[in-house]
Amino acid sequence: MSATSPIARLDDVRLDDAYVPAPGTWDEMRAADGALRPHWQYLVDTLRQLGRGGIETRWREAHRLIRDNGVTYNLHGDSRGMSRPWDLDPLPLLLRGEEWAVLERGLIQRAELLNAVLLDLYGPRTLIRKGLLPPELVDGYSGYLLPCHGIDIAGNRPLVFYGADLTRDADGHWRVIGDRTQTPSGAGYALENRVVLSRVMPSLFRDSHVHRLAGFFRGVRRAMNRLAPHGADEARVALLTPGPANAAYFEHAYLANYLGYTLVQGADLSVRDGALWLRTLGRLERIDAVLRRADDCFCDPLELREDSLLGVPGMIQAVRAGNLTVANALGSGVLEHPGLMAFLPALCRHLLGEELLLPHLRTWWCGCPEDRAFVLANLEHLVIKPAAARSDAAPEPRVMFGRNLDADARARLIARIDAEPHRFVAQEEVTPSTAPVYMDGHIAPRPFVLRSFMVAEEDGYAVMPGGLSRVALAQDTPMVSTQLGGIGKDTWVLATEPEREETLLGLHDAQSPAVVRESDVSSRVADNLFWIGRYAERAEGMVRLLRVTAINLTARSSFAAEDDGIGCLASLLEALNEQCQANVPLPIGAEPTTLIAPTPAVLSLITDLERLGALPQTLQALNQAAWSVRERLSSDTWRVINDIERHLRRLTNQAPQTLNAALDVLDPLVTSLVAFSALTQENMTHNEGWHFLEAGRRLERGMNLAMLLRSTLVAVSAPTEEGLIVEAILGVTDSLITYRRRYQAGIRVGALLDLVVQDEANPRALAYQIQELERLVDEMPRDALGPVRTAAQKGVLRLITELRLAELDGLAQPDDPAGSRRGALAQFLLDLETGMATLSDALTAQYFRHEEHPHHMLQHRLR
Amino acid sequence: MRFRVSHTTHYAYGDPVSLCHSIAHLKPREEPHQRCLKSQVRVSPWPSVAREHQDIFGNRVSYFSIQQSHGALEVGAVSEVEVTAPPPHNAALSLPWEQVRERLHAARDPAGLQARMFALPSPATPRQPAARDFALASFTPGRPVLEAARELMARIYGEFEYDPSATDVATPLATVLSQRSGVCQDFAHVGIACLHELGLAARYVSGYLETLPPPGQPKLRGADASHAWYALYLPAAAEPSAEAAATPPAGTWIDYDPTNDCLLGEQHITTAVGRDYGDVTPVRGVFYGGGEHQLSVAVDVDRLGEGRG
Repeated sequence: MSATSPIARLDDVRLDDAYVPAPGTWDEMRAADGALRPHWQYLVDTLRQLGRGGIETRWREAHRLIRDNGVTYNLHGDSRGMSRPWDLDPLPLLLRGEEWAVLERGLIQRAELLNAVLLDLYGPRTLIRKGLLPPELVDGYSGYLLPCHGIDIAGNRPLVFYGADLTRDADGHWRVIGDRTQTPSGAGYALENRVVLSRVMPSLFRDSHVHRLAGFFRGVRRAMNRLAPHGADEARVALLTPGPANAAYFEHAYLANYLGYTLVQGADLSVRDGALWLRTLGRLERIDAVLRRADDCFCDPLELREDSLLGVPGMIQAVRAGNLTVANALGSGVLEHPGLMAFLPALCRHLLGEELLLPHLRTWWCGCPEDRAFVLANLEHLVIKPAAARSDAAPEPRVMFGRNLDADARARLIARIDAEPHRFVAQEEVTPSTAPVYMDGHIAPRPFVLRSFMVAEEDGYAVMPGGLSRVALAQDTPMVSTQLGGIGKDTWVLATEPEREETLLGLHDAQSPAVVRESDVSSRVADNLFWIGRYAERAEGMVRLLRVTAINLTARSSFAAEDDGIGCLASLLEALNEQCQANVPLPIGAEPTTLIAPTPAVLSLITDLERLGALPQTLQALNQAAWSVRERLSSDTWRVINDIERHLRRLTNQAPQTLNAALDVLDPLVTSLVAFSALTQENMTHNEGWHFLEAGRRLERGMNLAMLLRSTLVAVSAPTEEGLIVEAILGVTDSLITYRRRYQAGIRVGALLDLVVQDEANPRALAYQIQELERLVDEMPRDALGPVRTAAQKGVLRLITELRLAELDGLAQPDDPAGSRRGALAQFLLDLETGMATLSDALTAQYFRHEEHPHHMLQHRLR
Repeated sequence: MRFRVSHTTHYAYGDPVSLCHSIAHLKPREEPHQRCLKSQVRVSPWPSVAREHQDIFGNRVSYFSIQQSHGALEVGAVSEVEVTAPPPHNAALSLPWEQVRERLHAARDPAGLQARMFALPSPATPRQPAARDFALASFTPGRPVLEAARELMARIYGEFEYDPSATDVATPLATVLSQRSGVCQDFAHVGIACLHELGLAARYVSGYLETLPPPGQPKLRGADASHAWYALYLPAAAEPSAEAAATPPAGTWIDYDPTNDCLLGEQHITTAVGRDYGDVTPVRGVFYGGGEHQLSVAVDVDRLGEGRG
């Protein structure tokens, strides 16, 4: 092997030598004769200056930003679950401003055309009645929602958002390969790509005079405001997401935050008085417009898909009554029928009186006999796309490549086309154009698809300058898929003049409201915040207990009943069993020779994701709850959540085999959990939502402490063991130093109880938690006409009284004849635990009681 | 003939219902052979919102929502309609069915283009190869379409057993076809699926059929029932044909009642039409709370303006 690798090492070979586009393919950076396209010159020079090391550094920086910002894209069935990071290429795609202007005209025309088709199909159906669109194509397609027919559309542009997937043919002409009209996603990723890339390549970005994106999002805000039925400035807009399990949930949360909209799920909403309402804490807040990211067929189980839990019953009626605007309009998915492309040129002439400017894939609709004949004769050169029928029972592959079909599959496909020709569409197979991608230390040409985004403004469509480019890793991937995924690429439209820097917030623009309202806290959000508080505290307490137990375990070689500290160990294991609802065998009372060391069982509480109630599941629950309110957490908080998730993966994926190894993970984990608590204290506004998070934390800390004391102190142990137990409890509750400072006279149960039960100044004490709860519960919203004290307030009052009146000296004494048990203490702690559980239930009943899932009424059969 | 139709749907819930949204297809539509003189839907408890709109098939759809806690819901529809039986036709003179199919798919007139929607599979009437075989036994090559369709109806009547216990509202069509039993809405779906398999347009019709008590006995209250059948579309001819006088005018729907083996008569009252039951369910809805619930329906069809005084 020679020292020079065939790929372009930026350090040792000129970039120009090894970057060779495939013949017959348009490449963005290099012409067919190998010449660098002039508008790439500056970028290439910059890259040469940076060198491989410099690019590497920036690439790593970009990935750190993406990870820290929690930018993810979740593919179904991906083992990395919710945390799959978004991949971003450090090289932007460069487009000349003059060229973009031409493309933009074509895109705007296409948006207007599709919008006109949409208006017609859900209105007069002139296109069908005049024979310009075959009824089988429209009426046989599951995307055409019959119940949405005849609804008056606000603003006359029901296609508020439109996304076009673009690539270039071998001659460099742009072509549309897919229309996204349902819920065109990716604009948020495009924005995040820009944020990251402009940070890691600041001077390149500054000097390249790139068109900014913020103007597009301002347009989105204007559009939603204008569409809202009650007009202008006061419009309340909600962004409807299918929920955290959705692939693009990150984007939903990101956009909601960026645009200042409340992120909602179907269960947060209710239709009443013919309008849409958001269920917040004890109130209903009117919603004027919904920016939906849930597919339309799932939006209303009353009139659309009955099995959907993502929508809200009655939504269509609210739209029909003119009290709600949904963008895109319900039913807009019909425009994604791939066969529609075959008719667009004629429709464009008919509807707009113009020729279609922007070409798309050559398309054949098998419902037309001549097209069908052509498709059957040329199957091996075509891509076959079935259009989902209304009666689809079995799911089928979205796209089939004729050339990949064996004789059998081919015969089956032909039979299906013959049986239901109107359901099949064929398109030419295209070789997408390529752009330079940085990978493994070199730059290589890779196929890409550009998704451009449009929004309906008052006087026409506005196009985002740039868009979301996605590249495939393999050079020969057929990019027909319109799914997101792959590697993202920022797209720079180069202006001839520099643009003024601007962001959406703090903008001196008469069109935007001066203050973005703090979005409402829905019951679901409050519920999740409450549980974040509980899980975070539970995890922290559990880790502390596990740490003390593990240290005790690692310090001994045998488990004999007479060993020093074995009683303390047994108490700790008892406490662990209570907290994790586990069943770790206790070393006491069995024959020393037959004893099984509890080590493996304790280890499994730390590492086994399958174990109910153990540490990994608690951390997972914390992450899930955090995910569900993603938009409410600051980026610093989010970074800590990511850290916690990394620790969790370390514990479960490469499970430590010894307690010592486990301790190495538990130590930083406790630090992250403490950091999380501190951040929620310091970096969250102490508003309604925060009150619930804090109440969750206080309740959990109180309950855990009571449980810990009950499982360790009720049985009276030998004085030396009792001393060790008290010390361990002080360790778990992080109160050792305070104790030593206050009680020099050694270790006593009575003194311990004094410090961790009744001391209202000790942030770790039971009394402190209850006192805080009283304050929090008083701050929570309440019905002005309700009772003087809510159930929660009464619960807190009862707890406070019980605690203050308790005689700790008495409780510290054994009270059975044998002197082996503190029965009164047991009852006292149990009462407190029950009281706190009741308080938790009262909060749940008062604030989080989501209306249950809707049921369907029985239907009468006609006989 | 004039009728008063009263259709009462009653829901009884185990637990209180806090909120309910419902849509109903209960108001009779206008048809060439039917006029709706008046129609009213009363909902109890009083609905907070009640609106009416027309769906894509031209049916009248009532929407209502109840926002007060309730343990029972009653939806009462009372309508007065005037029905005339469609004129009799000579089925033997109708076009061969293959020509009817070709005309349908070549149709360029608005009615024909609209009717082509009804030649497509729908959620409750998906493609059924078994239905094709069943249909072809009557639709022999070149046979006049109305003669074949008349026989198809007779064979559904003859070969399917009327058995309310055999199916429920969710029984798939394939089961009905294989077990050869069901009730009127199942038979309507069978007829539609058969005609679809032949490439013809067929639609689902919901309505009522007046029943008369045995001679000399009083009519029992609530004894009538809602009913369903299907209709076949006859596309418009390119040019009028010689036999036009004896056959129904082209561009119309011919109704078949396979449960009673008869064509549409004076006693059939049409409420709504759609692709299948799901498009025209009399009352459907969504509610919160409620627990277990029960449904009961009472229908009365009474003649008006006869035998009074």
